[in-house]
Amino acid sequence: MADKLVIGGKELRSRLFIGTGKFSSNKIIPEVVKSSGAQVVTVALRRIDFDSNEENMVNHIPEDCILMTNTSGARNAEEAVRIAKIARAAGCGNWIKIEIVTDNKYLLPDNYETIRATEILAKEGFVVLPYMSPDLIAARRLKDAGAAAVMPLGAPIGTNKGLRTKELIKIMIDEIDLPIIVDAGLGRPSEAAEAMEMGAAAVLVNTAIATSDDPVGMGEAFGLAVQAGRKAFLAGAPAIKEYAEASSPLTGFLGA
Amino acid sequence: MSFYQRYSEYKNFDFEKFYSNIKDNHILSIINKDRINELEFLTLLSEKAGKYIELMAQKSKRLTLQHFGKVILLYTPLYVANYCVNQCVYCGFNLSNDITRKKLTKDEVEEEAKIISDTGLRHILLLTGESRTHSSIDYIKECVMILKKYFSSISIEVYPLETDEYRELVEAGVDGFTMYQEVYNEDVYRQLHVKGPKRNYRFRMDAPERACLAGMRSVNIGALLGLDDWRKEAFFTGLHADYLQDKYPDTEIGVSLPRMRPHSGDFQPRVNVDDRSLVQIMLAFRLFMPRVGITLSTRERAEFRDNLIGLGVTKMSAGSSTEVGGHALEAKSEGQFDICDTRSVKEMTELIYSKGYQPVFKDWQAI
Repeated sequence: MADKLVIGGKELRSRLFIGTGKFSSNKIIPEVVKSSGAQVVTVALRRIDFDSNEENMVNHIPEDCILMTNTSGARNAEEAVRIAKIARAAGCGNWIKIEIVTDNKYLLPDNYETIRATEILAKEGFVVLPYMSPDLIAARRLKDAGAAAVMPLGAPIGTNKGLRTKELIKIMIDEIDLPIIVDAGLGRPSEAAEAMEMGAAAVLVNTAIATSDDPVGMGEAFGLAVQAGRKAFLAGAPAIKEYAEASSPLTGFLGA
Repeated sequence: MSFYQRYSEYKNFDFEKFYSNIKDNHILSIINKDRINELEFLTLLSEKAGKYIELMAQKSKRLTLQHFGKVILLYTPLYVANYCVNQCVYCGFNLSNDITRKKLTKDEVEEEAKIISDTGLRHILLLTGESRTHSSIDYIKECVMILKKYFSSISIEVYPLETDEYRELVEAGVDGFTMYQEVYNEDVYRQLHVKGPKRNYRFRMDAPERACLAGMRSVNIGALLGLDDWRKEAFFTGLHADYLQDKYPDTEIGVSLPRMRPHSGDFQPRVNVDDRSLVQIMLAFRLFMPRVGITLSTRERAEFRDNLIGLGVTKMSAGSSTEVGGHALEAKSEGQFDICDTRSVKEMTELIYSKGYQPVFKDWQAI
């Protein structure tokens, strides 16, 4: 059976999603999309300049990509909902990443407001992908609220600290019947591969690619890592053992 | 609770004794820490830490890159009126200065807005002197209604208002607030603000907090460097920013680093803040508050500003004028201070790209 990632009724060709907020130029975005193979590209509405051809980031995203506007800057559910509706009305489609931050020190998402916004937007026909702090109970509520996927952070945005929330994400992967997409904090392709080996459906990467000395190269590296991790997951990576396994088992005396 | 309580805890702090106890290995361990506290911030502002400016710069560059990316937000100030009832010895708009007083009409504001907007800028900072007669809330709101047609984000830098007045402006479309305490040293503050409502130190100090309460999305503070001991002033600015960020976590807190410039009037800076010192302040801020926005205006000369791109600054003004109607009008007035970097938005754009960074014109819109 083919391994497909389907979100919001769309079959995705890539399990790497990329962000666009930190690049040195909008012109590099299509090159990174190409090198990484990414199909879902997220853009903050706050950055989209509909009045300028050159500065409008959306104009630099290849047409066959799925544009996922994010609600960066929203401080509560109401603001996130307004941003989503503005984006849709402006022709940005109905995929929305809910990003509600009530903490500017660490940029940690507000799970409670995110659940509220998910419920409202899902009812209005949006394909909602909420960015959240890994919490199984919040993830269940997001699923009940109509989320199309759940996007727990690996580490706080911009920190490149990797899968610091690994155990909580693993639990979510095991328990929540929705794509779990690790978003934020992944600093290296090996960390993206690790997330995929664990069973994540996809990963979203922004800082590590955009701020690299060679974003196109780094995009390619992440693309390959995500593929490698997914293949390893499907092939069934061997169990990690706590202790070495003796070649002479202890219960051998019992016979076969 | 007000920030004044926190300021008071350190008002009589023995800074010299603190500095004398600093060891080199303290400084190095602070630079390597993930999160630093206020006294560690003060350590980074000390003279001894000056030796480690390169190490601080390496870390500041990394943190700024991680948290902000390769972008610099551009904006410009628009002075709409320079009537002022205060006598602040260091300011060009001082009531006792014999300068042309001016206030833009609605048509003039619109003309300014058109010209500025044509440069591509989407973020604007609206300024007035302190005059409830000439620059009333209603007048400021009228200006905001016009600017809304041209800009996606409007900040104000006006005289201190009450919370309800800030709320009115937020409802009218203002999303950002800037105010400099000028000088945190309470005694020096009293000496420099000779007459007028600005003498009220506490009212001014609490204005950023009132702005947060009123729902301003971004609140930007700073001290006018040169008015008093810069290490202390930078420290109190950092304490103030930290206080606001902790108390109002959903507000974007930013700091500016304005350094005194020549102006109409005789007052000279009491303290010399050289380039190295200003850089040390910026780096210390970045290490203390990794996500704080840091603004550098056209007070600074071009080559200095250029060198700071990538080191910690995240927001810069361009195409600036501190004159009322400085972009359009032929018959202009004296500026609040002399600008040093006179480059246009186009020139700044090219410069930022040449440094491998992207100038961002829009980072917010009314929702």
